[in-house]
Amino acid sequence: MNPALWAAKTGLDAQQTRLAVTSNNLANVSTSGFKKSRAVFEDLLYQNVRQVGGSTSQDTVAPSGVHLGTGVRVVATEKLYTQGGLTQTDNALDVAVEGRGFFQIQLPDGTNAYTRDGSFQLSAQGQMVTSSGYVLQPGISIPEGAQSITIGRDGVVSVRLAGQSAPVQVGQLQLTDFVNPAGLQPLGENLLIETTASGPAQSGTPGQNGLGITTQGSVEASNVNVVEELVNMIETQRAYEMNSKAISTADQMLEYVNNQL
Amino acid sequence: MDKMLYVAMTGAKETLRAQAVNNHNLANVSTTGFRADLAAFQSRAVDGTGYASRVYATNGTVGWDSNSGAMLSTGRDLDVAINGPGWIAIQGPDGKEAYTRAGNLHVDSTGQLMTASGRPVLGDGGPINIPPYTSIFFARDGSISIVAQGQTPDTTSTVARLKLVNPAEADIERGDDGLFRMKDGSEAPPDAAVQISSGELESSNVNAAAAMVNMIELSRQFEMQVKAIRTAEENGTAAAQLLKV
Repeated sequence: MNPALWAAKTGLDAQQTRLAVTSNNLANVSTSGFKKSRAVFEDLLYQNVRQVGGSTSQDTVAPSGVHLGTGVRVVATEKLYTQGGLTQTDNALDVAVEGRGFFQIQLPDGTNAYTRDGSFQLSAQGQMVTSSGYVLQPGISIPEGAQSITIGRDGVVSVRLAGQSAPVQVGQLQLTDFVNPAGLQPLGENLLIETTASGPAQSGTPGQNGLGITTQGSVEASNVNVVEELVNMIETQRAYEMNSKAISTADQMLEYVNNQL
Repeated sequence: MDKMLYVAMTGAKETLRAQAVNNHNLANVSTTGFRADLAAFQSRAVDGTGYASRVYATNGTVGWDSNSGAMLSTGRDLDVAINGPGWIAIQGPDGKEAYTRAGNLHVDSTGQLMTASGRPVLGDGGPINIPPYTSIFFARDGSISIVAQGQTPDTTSTVARLKLVNPAEADIERGDDGLFRMKDGSEAPPDAAVQISSGELESSNVNAAAAMVNMIELSRQFEMQVKAIRTAEENGTAAAQLLKV
């Protein structure tokens, strides 16, 4: 009805989305390998009511026109792949990635997903799996009776079997990188899947070709900065209030016309 | 009577329009790199027979607020903010050069440097392609250097330089898509004096407090105009009453 009402309404919508993103970040402040998101805003199309530069006489032009903005929209919620801090757990199957790269995980339907969450566990068959039970790719089986497991900076997994002095290599972890990690689609369960925006998956050995190194006995903490999120929340709330005030003011103006005339 | 009614009516209409501009600014209070719209009223006298009492008000967007917004530290390598005046050149939807202050960039799947809304960012030699990298740095002058995949940190290579421009304010205008362009359709020359800082974003330059006060002012102004319409109506009714006698 009135552009003043609708512009403010888009502001409310956008701030609402931003609050949802902030709450999700805060809720995941202790999720291993979690990467915070950020809502990206963009101004909406402008309505050209009167063209600037239109002739006002034969020799003169209007120095200003009327451009009515129509509000704001959320153009993306992008994930920020900054490194999270490493938390020491001393658990042999916890692996943190320092630098670029994701662990490749096979989903139950056979497709691949990727994660930064390296808190692995063993399945009944001795395979390294995620907390949800999805198998790590390439698969690594820890033989029965392994006394200790060692994972090197280059992802080499070796175990010492009972009664043997030398460790035996049982496999090597691989990391997968993407040109544009922000283009990965989050699935939940700390998993992400490849999209056309992310570019194709490129697997490699940890520590080589720009891939990060694997650190045993640590997990990567969430990269959410609580203080930053709380400041975001304050800003969002105030911006929300201002836009809601703008709606009630536009409403009062129209109400006044209805009452007076 | 009719003159008074119409003069007051246009006043109310234009005030409502100014409120829309103000609300647009408020809606964009947290849009990265946003430039507030400035609206101003102009008086337009209507010439004609009789006493020259008709002066209408028209509202126009006279431009945008060129002050810088606050710098927000994000720590993300691909976030760049311009210190002081200047613009980042990007390719608009029409393939021509356009300018923005929103520096939340990303590298797409083909390695091209893009804005958040998916527009290619231009370097001195056209769209910028970033080879696979381990880390990326934006220098103050817009030079982009990377440590290429598989290289050690001591072998950085400069891949491109952002095209940073600083045309006179009077020469650029905001398009309907919110991007700025040269008024004459030309391309602004690169300006070496424009400086950026990476790991930061520039917030919207909308002054929220000023916009709220402006909102109240416009609202009261509107009520006055409506009051004048009401008075015009009462005058008309009184005149009609006189004739009835």
